[in-house]
Amino acid sequence: MALKRRKKDLTFLEKIYIPEIAKGLALTFKNMLKPKFTMQYPEEKFIPPPSYRGRPVLVMENNGVERCVACGLCSRVCPPLAIEVQAAETEREKERYPIKFEINMLRCIFCGLCEEVCPEEAIVMSKDYELAFTNRGDALYGKDKLLTPVNQLQDRIDFLRNYK
Amino acid sequence: MPKFVLDGKEIEFEQGQTIIQAAKKSGITIPHFCWHESLSISGNCRVCLVEIEKMPKLAIACSTLAAEGMVVYSESDKALSARNAVMEFELINHPLDCPICDEAGECKLQDYAYSHGSGESRFNEEKIHKDKRVPLGPLVMFDGDRCISCSRCIRFCDEIAKDPQLTFIKRGDRITIVTYPGKELDNPYSMNVTDICPVGALTSRDFRFKARVWELSSTKSICNGCSRGCNINLEVRNNQVLRLTPRQNEDVNSFWMCDHGRVNTYKFINAEDRVDSPYLRRGGTLTRSGWDEAFAAASSELKSYSKNEIAFIGSSFATCEDNFLLSKFATQIIGTKHMDFMPHFDSGFGDNFLRKGDTAPNSLGAKTVGIFPGKGGLDLEGIIKSVKDGQIKAVFLMEDNLIALRPELKEIFSKLDLFIVHSSNFNETTEIADIVFPASTYAEKHGTIVNFEGRVQRLRPAVATFDVDRALEGMSLSRWDKFGTKFDSWAEGNKRDARSSWRILAGLSGAMGHKYRYGTAEEVFMDIAKSISAFNGLDYEVIGELGAKLKLDSVSKPAIA
Ligand code: SF4
Ligand code: SF4
Ligand code: SF4
Ligand code: SF4
Repeated sequence: MALKRRKKDLTFLEKIYIPEIAKGLALTFKNMLKPKFTMQYPEEKFIPPPSYRGRPVLVMENNGVERCVACGLCSRVCPPLAIEVQAAETEREKERYPIKFEINMLRCIFCGLCEEVCPEEAIVMSKDYELAFTNRGDALYGKDKLLTPVNQLQDRIDFLRNYK
Repeated sequence: MPKFVLDGKEIEFEQGQTIIQAAKKSGITIPHFCWHESLSISGNCRVCLVEIEKMPKLAIACSTLAAEGMVVYSESDKALSARNAVMEFELINHPLDCPICDEAGECKLQDYAYSHGSGESRFNEEKIHKDKRVPLGPLVMFDGDRCISCSRCIRFCDEIAKDPQLTFIKRGDRITIVTYPGKELDNPYSMNVTDICPVGALTSRDFRFKARVWELSSTKSICNGCSRGCNINLEVRNNQVLRLTPRQNEDVNSFWMCDHGRVNTYKFINAEDRVDSPYLRRGGTLTRSGWDEAFAAASSELKSYSKNEIAFIGSSFATCEDNFLLSKFATQIIGTKHMDFMPHFDSGFGDNFLRKGDTAPNSLGAKTVGIFPGKGGLDLEGIIKSVKDGQIKAVFLMEDNLIALRPELKEIFSKLDLFIVHSSNFNETTEIADIVFPASTYAEKHGTIVNFEGRVQRLRPAVATFDVDRALEGMSLSRWDKFGTKFDSWAEGNKRDARSSWRILAGLSGAMGHKYRYGTAEEVFMDIAKSISAFNGLDYEVIGELGAKLKLDSVSKPAIA
């Protein structure tokens, strides 16, 4: 069995490794002085930019009423059928409202199509990414969990108006 | 036959037909709002404008008679630009209501705005606002903003319901629909205007906001409100019937159905009081039991009476298949001649349009397949009298709420030693029954019924039960049905452990040591077609979607037709 020759034998300096170790340490020391990116989650929280697609939520006007008119378009467009809407009649000027609005967060894939299709700007992607459940029932988000005051969502709404 | 040319295609027509009619007969639909096959021509919407060679101006296809050698273009640049202009005009004052409008998804204006609209409005002024949410009658809601003034609803009341109740008031862009002073839109056919209104101006108060139309599955069936047997679609979501709509059949109901059929014949299917398994009376109260246990109990009870002590009551609400097997069961297995069914007659209900005084859908069918007393046997009144006298000790009743119709029978039938009932809901009759079998409703099974003039028509299952599975049975599926799992609250809904009456009878006869080898309703029907002359030559294929006539001269006309 013939010995396979390396393309190039190591030089003496390379053989003693010390210059290479010094080079590596230099890089380490250089980065020690640079600004840090790692966050100490969950003590420290990441606040995403407005372009981020967290869990979809329903916009609640300042008077406590949802914008949603239960048209069902989000439910129709949702690729994994995560949204269930049941309409009912109200005395308000927009005569239709969702008596039930449920998003199954185990089905949702955060595609944002519901937000894109909504004719009322009533469902938007929030910055909430903290979703963990211990049973299937907890993953069904009803109106109580979905309704979010409009001022908390303003930067996403502005983002959509600029780029949608 | 004379011919004319439409968009390069030769079209045959009959003298007196308009362009739009002749085109429709050959399968070409020229866009239209106000024209309706069964109504007079109004010609006000102008969407059907077409270009005709040698004519100076465009003409409306709905009122221009077709003529030999005419050359018509419905898709030429001129015709298209006219149609686009008409659409723009229609949309000037039309509100952007689609998200809250029930018509969305089946709206002609929406469809044509999509196919012919420019996508944006050049109208900068304030739109005209009219009254919204006006109840025109007990069942119909009007939205003035959405009305495109096609006058279909007015013409329907005048010409079809023959009860003029609606009219236009004001002119130009302020025109709107009202009922005549002191009148309501309350004729027995009023809800048909919600079907023919091309937009969401007239909507059903019964169905309002219950569902979006694209969420519904639709199944071709027959109304069970009276012996006309109007052809309908059963529209279902999450295993609940949400609305019925008429289905065109020129031999039965044309495009229409009555309000009674539309709102009163489906709610019991979704009701909370459905019988959801067999029940046996133990210690005075009805208690749930399994099927085998109930069959064994019914079989041993029935065996303890002599054949002349048992009477059978079939049903003008059950299918021919159900009644046929009941009749076989009574004559072959029990051997009794006491058999009849209860007539349901309401002289106030019938009219000279669709509604018939016989308010059960299948009286003629029940009679034709053998529900009548044998030679020397007792008819219904005879059975009642003998129950009173104590000569009849056991009654087997299929799918009829006898006691509700005749409350005086409650005391008499309470005296029975054995009262077996097939019922879909708990009611006055099941209250005094000893054994209750859960019967599928007309929306949960295959079967046939025969209308007052001897037309046999098919029922198809639209609501799943333990007995008919949506996917396996080939029932129509909505997107929700197709992709739902057992973890989704919106899939499959409330499924009940009910069976078609013929299947219950087949199970019971098995327990009594006599096997009927029917696997499906179709096999029962094949037997009917073989053994009953009026049904000779028929099968489910032949009956199809529109029904077929029985050879009825071989049957005596029932007294209550
Ligand atoms: S983000 Fe996508 S998957 Fe999630 S609810 Fe909206 S449409 Fe459905
Ligand atoms: S699309 Fe918007 S308005 Fe329509 S049901 Fe969804 S959230 Fe409500
Ligand atoms: S209410 Fe409907 S059917 Fe009647 S005129 Fe208006 S658009 Fe036509
Ligand atoms: S006329 Fe009779 S069959 Fe027709 S819809 Fe009315 S009740 Fe039903």
